[in-house]
Amino acid sequence: MDKDGNAPGSGAALEKYSGLPTRDGAIELSGAEMVIRALKDQGVKHIFGYPGGAVLPIYDALFAAEGITHVLVRHEQGAVHAAEGYARSTGKPGVVLVTSGPGATNAVTGLTDALMDSIPLIVLTGQVATHLIGTDAFQEADTVGITRACTKHNWLVKDVNDLSRTLHEAFQIATTGRPGPVVVDIPKDVQFKKGPYVMPDAIRHRTYKPKTDPDLGTIVKAIDLMANAKRPLFYTGGGIINSGPEASRLLRELVKVTGFPITSTLMGLGAFPASDPQWLGLVGMHGTYESNHAMHDCDVMIALGSRFDDRVTGNIAKFSPDSKKIHLDIDAAQINKNVHVDVPIVADATKALKEMLHFWKTQKRKVDAAALKEWWKQIDHWRERKSLDFRNSQSLIKPQYAIDRLYELTKHRGNDVYITTEVGQHQMWAAQRFRFEAPNRWMTSGGLGTMGYGLPAAVGVQMAHPGALVIDIAGEASVQMTMQEMSTAVQYDLPIKIFILNNEYMGMVRQWQQLLHGGRYSHSYSEALPDFVKLAEAYGCLGLRASNPNELDAMILEMINSPKPVLFDCRVDPKENCYPMIPSGAAHNEMILCDAEEEGTKVSDEGKMLV
Amino acid sequence: MSSAATKLPNIERHTIAVLVDNEAGVLARVVGLFSGRGYNIESLTVAEVDHVARTSRVTIVTSGTPAVIEQIEAQLRRLVAVHRVHNWTTSAPGIEREMALVKVTGTGEKRVEAMRMGEIFRCHIVDTTHTSFVFEITGAPSKIDQFVDLMRPLGLVDVSRTGVAAIARGPEAM
Ligand SMILES: Cc1ncc(C[n+]2csc(CCOP(=O)(O)OP(=O)(O)O)c2C)c(N)n1
Ligand SMILES: [Mg+2]
Repeated sequence: MDKDGNAPGSGAALEKYSGLPTRDGAIELSGAEMVIRALKDQGVKHIFGYPGGAVLPIYDALFAAEGITHVLVRHEQGAVHAAEGYARSTGKPGVVLVTSGPGATNAVTGLTDALMDSIPLIVLTGQVATHLIGTDAFQEADTVGITRACTKHNWLVKDVNDLSRTLHEAFQIATTGRPGPVVVDIPKDVQFKKGPYVMPDAIRHRTYKPKTDPDLGTIVKAIDLMANAKRPLFYTGGGIINSGPEASRLLRELVKVTGFPITSTLMGLGAFPASDPQWLGLVGMHGTYESNHAMHDCDVMIALGSRFDDRVTGNIAKFSPDSKKIHLDIDAAQINKNVHVDVPIVADATKALKEMLHFWKTQKRKVDAAALKEWWKQIDHWRERKSLDFRNSQSLIKPQYAIDRLYELTKHRGNDVYITTEVGQHQMWAAQRFRFEAPNRWMTSGGLGTMGYGLPAAVGVQMAHPGALVIDIAGEASVQMTMQEMSTAVQYDLPIKIFILNNEYMGMVRQWQQLLHGGRYSHSYSEALPDFVKLAEAYGCLGLRASNPNELDAMILEMINSPKPVLFDCRVDPKENCYPMIPSGAAHNEMILCDAEEEGTKVSDEGKMLV
Repeated sequence: MSSAATKLPNIERHTIAVLVDNEAGVLARVVGLFSGRGYNIESLTVAEVDHVARTSRVTIVTSGTPAVIEQIEAQLRRLVAVHRVHNWTTSAPGIEREMALVKVTGTGEKRVEAMRMGEIFRCHIVDTTHTSFVFEITGAPSKIDQFVDLMRPLGLVDVSRTGVAAIARGPEAM
């Protein structure tokens, strides 16, 4: 690159940048300016971050930048979860900016969470100057070393000449193929140095070329199996959501033309409308009776963008023993990982679904209608079991009732309602009972199960959808892990609603201790809880409390009508357990239901070893 | 090494070659994948093989059930810096070679016997004193195992092995 003597170029691309064009037409910018420029060229509107010594030059470049809103969080974990919420509710990548050392290490939980749930994030970390790397300098951490196992890819950029290319590559890798988080670690001296800026379209990666087009032979094999199925079942997951709204649309069409029943993982909720009669509800450990029995008894399983996670399969040896399995996944490594499949399709879900529909229609495929009718009869029989029923109470708010009321009182807002959750019983009740009609409306930590995810994720969702109703269905223990982000919500006028199902226990832990550890409730009681109403007021939010079923509706309405962020302390029955449940080590047809509650007897010794 | 693992049912030993971009941290990614997912590494060799394209070839000897081996290959292919992955055990078997330096000390009868064995195994003697030899031996890993075992009673004091390098027979490249 050459920087001497060239007069400023034609202009348009250069406004507001100090850079001069080099002889080959690239403009010259400082590393920090390149970061901002690259974010703009990648269409970034919001970033979530926290400053510190090693990112001050980037913050300086951000100071004057127009068109990018920076959201100052209160903890870097919050920045990453907020970016995840942003990404999951928009389909766009989330962007995070944090400093070196503690800034980067605080981001690790969020990175791991995003990796497990395939969420596209670009996390920019400051690093100590290149000449200090390896000297145990102040706030030095081996960020690429630490984050190697929790990113899809990461880079330490030691030369400003590599920076813009790396930034564009980072966006490409985070957002294509199986999405995931990436980290770009940028030493402070590289942020100051000047170099040529290259545009995004100049980037083509040497090795990274994800396969997204399906092999048509496998598509035909798949529809062959489907057409001959007697007891078929769609089992769909987060891959449908990640592929984009078109995948959900195509899925709905495929489910309609076949008439097959459909169940979904935790990650896939919303891809298919919960109001549809073909919808069986959630599958897996806390899935419905009909979903799990259908999984067990089906003869053709059509897994679309789901990965046979252990929360779904239960005991692998007893998992759906008589089915032929079709498995669509964009990540070839998911094929045959946990469960052997008969027809693997490695492709982007949208493209594969399009081809499946195309071949189904042009080859005029028909389902085995008589067999399907029998299958639906069987499913309706399972449905009669009404596995999500619970014993309601006049005096105590049952957590299930609270979620039902929350749903009923918000459903008139349709697809304008976004739900995030923390982790625990409340999360499972929300997944079982809140009914989603559209994708990208349900943000929960699936793979990692990160308590503290929901509140900052709600911040990110509300940032992306200012007018929407964004509710974090929370537990009183989880919410304390990232509570400080209420302050962020107040600062940016984000009227998120934190609906705490306060059972005074780490309920999910208590439930396992009841079922597996003889009712010895070791350290699972939420002692010394703060007064959430006063806490809300201290943050400048609205605090509400409901303890009685007959005051609940009015309080929920007050919450959703408030223009402020709200902490809602919903006092619920502390002893309620989440059913149905497949105990660890058991099969799908060995569920515990709410009316058959047995304590400590159903779990085998091998089962106790599992989490 | 391999002997304990191969006694378990279904456990197979595979030699896998991985062509990677020779960028910072790439070996850590490959090794981290094995340790993070609990796969075995029996031996590993790595060196840049194209100084212009800056690609390195990593040759890994691993063991596992067929399903685990399939996963290892698939997981390696996911790494962003990986160009190609080739399994020399499931494809038409290639040639595998390893080099070792073997130090033996001793005098008299044992010293003569060690030298005789060295000749049989076509070793080069690359260093010698009145009381020691360093043998350089090249061959399949099993041949080196065998030689090292034979040297044990003859005064073996040190062994340094390179790990396996593998290549296809015939005109085809990896
Ligand atoms: C960061 C983190 N630490 C620990 C756990 C283990 N864990 C899972 S659920 C749970 C209890 C959650 O309690 P609460 O938020 O009150 O939800 P509840 O189950 O009562 O609805 C715990 C401790 C976790 N998932 N995440
Ligand atoms: Mg709780």
